[in-house]
Amino acid sequence: MSAGEGKSGNSAGEADGVTVAAPSLSESSLNESSLSEPSLNESPRTAPSRSRSPQSRPSGSRSPQSGPLERRLHPVTPLRRAWAPLAFVAFLVKQDWARDWLLGLDKALLTAGVVLAVLASVAYGVQSWRCTYYALTDTELRIRTGLLFRRTAHLRLDRIQAVEVAEPLLARFLGVAKLKIDVIGTENKDELAFLGKKEARALRAELLALAAGFTPETAGGAGEAPARDLARVAPRMLAVAVLLNTAVWMAVLSGVFGAVAVWWLSDSVLAAGAALLSAGGAVWAVTGGRYLKEYDWTVGDSPDGLRLDHGLLDRQHETVPPGRVQAVRIVRPLLWRMKGWMRVELDVAGTSEGVLLPVTDPHTAQTVIARILPRTDLAAVREGLRPASRRARWVAPVRWRGWRWTADGTVFAASKGLLTQTLTLVPHAKAQSVRLTQGPVKRLLKLADVWVDTGADTTVVARGRDAQEALAIVVGQAERSRTGRRTAAPDRWMSGGGVVGDGQASGRPVVDGPVVGRRPAVGRGPAVGGPDGSGAVKDGEA
Amino acid sequence: MSVRQGAVEVEVDADWRGIPRELLRMRRLLLVLALAPLAVVSGGLLGWLLTPALAACAVLPLAGLAWGWRVLERNWRSWKYAERADDLLISRGVLWRELTIVPYGRMQLVEVTSGPLERYFGLASVRLRTAAAGTDACIPGLDPREAARLRDRLTELGETRSAGL
Repeated sequence: MSAGEGKSGNSAGEADGVTVAAPSLSESSLNESSLSEPSLNESPRTAPSRSRSPQSRPSGSRSPQSGPLERRLHPVTPLRRAWAPLAFVAFLVKQDWARDWLLGLDKALLTAGVVLAVLASVAYGVQSWRCTYYALTDTELRIRTGLLFRRTAHLRLDRIQAVEVAEPLLARFLGVAKLKIDVIGTENKDELAFLGKKEARALRAELLALAAGFTPETAGGAGEAPARDLARVAPRMLAVAVLLNTAVWMAVLSGVFGAVAVWWLSDSVLAAGAALLSAGGAVWAVTGGRYLKEYDWTVGDSPDGLRLDHGLLDRQHETVPPGRVQAVRIVRPLLWRMKGWMRVELDVAGTSEGVLLPVTDPHTAQTVIARILPRTDLAAVREGLRPASRRARWVAPVRWRGWRWTADGTVFAASKGLLTQTLTLVPHAKAQSVRLTQGPVKRLLKLADVWVDTGADTTVVARGRDAQEALAIVVGQAERSRTGRRTAAPDRWMSGGGVVGDGQASGRPVVDGPVVGRRPAVGRGPAVGGPDGSGAVKDGEA
Repeated sequence: MSVRQGAVEVEVDADWRGIPRELLRMRRLLLVLALAPLAVVSGGLLGWLLTPALAACAVLPLAGLAWGWRVLERNWRSWKYAERADDLLISRGVLWRELTIVPYGRMQLVEVTSGPLERYFGLASVRLRTAAAGTDACIPGLDPREAARLRDRLTELGETRSAGL
């Protein structure tokens, strides 16, 4: 990490070190002086009153002279830390040994201790809240936190994959929300918790607008552009879909069967009840829990991406930038196929799970997917799926029937599964590499598999193809992913080829992946260590 | 460096390059270092301590050595790579064959590494990283000059045809 490189106020963080996608570049040190950020070394300016939304910032607040404007989180934030000691006491009460010891203590002493612990944790919360700031510059979001260990995270705007606003139940009552930010190449999301509800939305809007390539001047108003509803999952449809889930019936059956078996063997109703209860928990997770999470699922269309809002108790608001979707998966469980329903999932680099629509009919799915893959006709792709070679039955006597593959001008698509059919579409522009593999058995059968790797660490496999066909697929795929790139939308999909923000040409590559070269000692060998990732956005190079 | 034609049914027509023989020498050395002491210990000790007939135990490691000696050569022959106008092809494997194609524009990072043993044999490995973890494109046992040339060329091509995610 070249954290010590000279940075000027405006292009701060544009230095190479910052493009390293270590989990949100952080510097830990005990003294502030090693922070390479001049603006962060100054004593923090007091945050403006919360009622001022980011848009109403004076335009000069981000000038290089004064540095970026730093803001604090919402004042209720420290309260969430107050729970910790109470939870600890509750945990102690549950333990037998600790309970005796606790009950043996003087009541007054105990109460005083608990109150003290709560106060201490609140005090710690307040302190840590006081030294947590965030600031938005033209190119990055900076988060500065840490009571003992200073940590400064610089999240590059052009690497933001998705921004979501989460409102846990309690936070909904208090009118605050969490902002979760996904950056390429990081394991976990960076969180800003908590912000005022309005502030969180405004900040999300601004982040997405900047990530989408609006200039900072226009970004203020662009983000919260009214979303147009593309799809809404009716509660009844969701309920039916949940009940039609094969896994649910499996769980119910096994639960009942298990309970009966336990009762039969142990002759104790209690044990049977316990068995039933544990099975019930599993059933609840895939029915009720899912229903609560996916209730009132709305997909909206806005200039900065697809808006997903869902949840009955905890509302979640996510925005998926279409330019960052690596693959689209269409899952069709057995019982849903009677109704022609499907579940649409997304692979976005950097996120673990991405559901686009928990349940939908083909027409709606097509409408929504068209927003991500504009030139893909889902029905045509499904029509075009070609079965695997018949010789593949020697490799997988049953499963081979589920292996299908097709490719058109825009996507590589492969499906698998007989009970639950999964069809994965990868836009050619997102294919990172193509591989053909052939083991000894498949070689005898003149078969081969074709693998397409995407940036979201998912791999799509067209299994059991005829060897010659597989070779044609691989060679053709290399060709297609090359041409697919040229016609693809730029990563900063709103810039449309214009000049963005600080003069970076739009559609500049967003380099991701851990650019960490092992650097063994250089002996007689060649110069060791990797050059920077291809086309890393370097300082002052525009 | 000569272009070798692999006699296999799955073959892409390109300007294939092989890998220097030093890699084979290195791997054979490792094989001998691993199995020869085993043969000596198992055969010698058992035969000397128990009965001479047990010295036949040395046959196993020796057979492994002979087999490995040939397999290593076949494997080494199977490694080849080709630089096309827009992508890099890497083909490898005898029983488990794999052909990897990485478009230049997708390369995030090109690494040249060379461990102590590799350095002794004057070898270096080139490893390509893309945004996908599944892409494991590595060419082992290249001449350091060739590795450096490849690295520079790939980096240059990666920049001109750049396309990240």
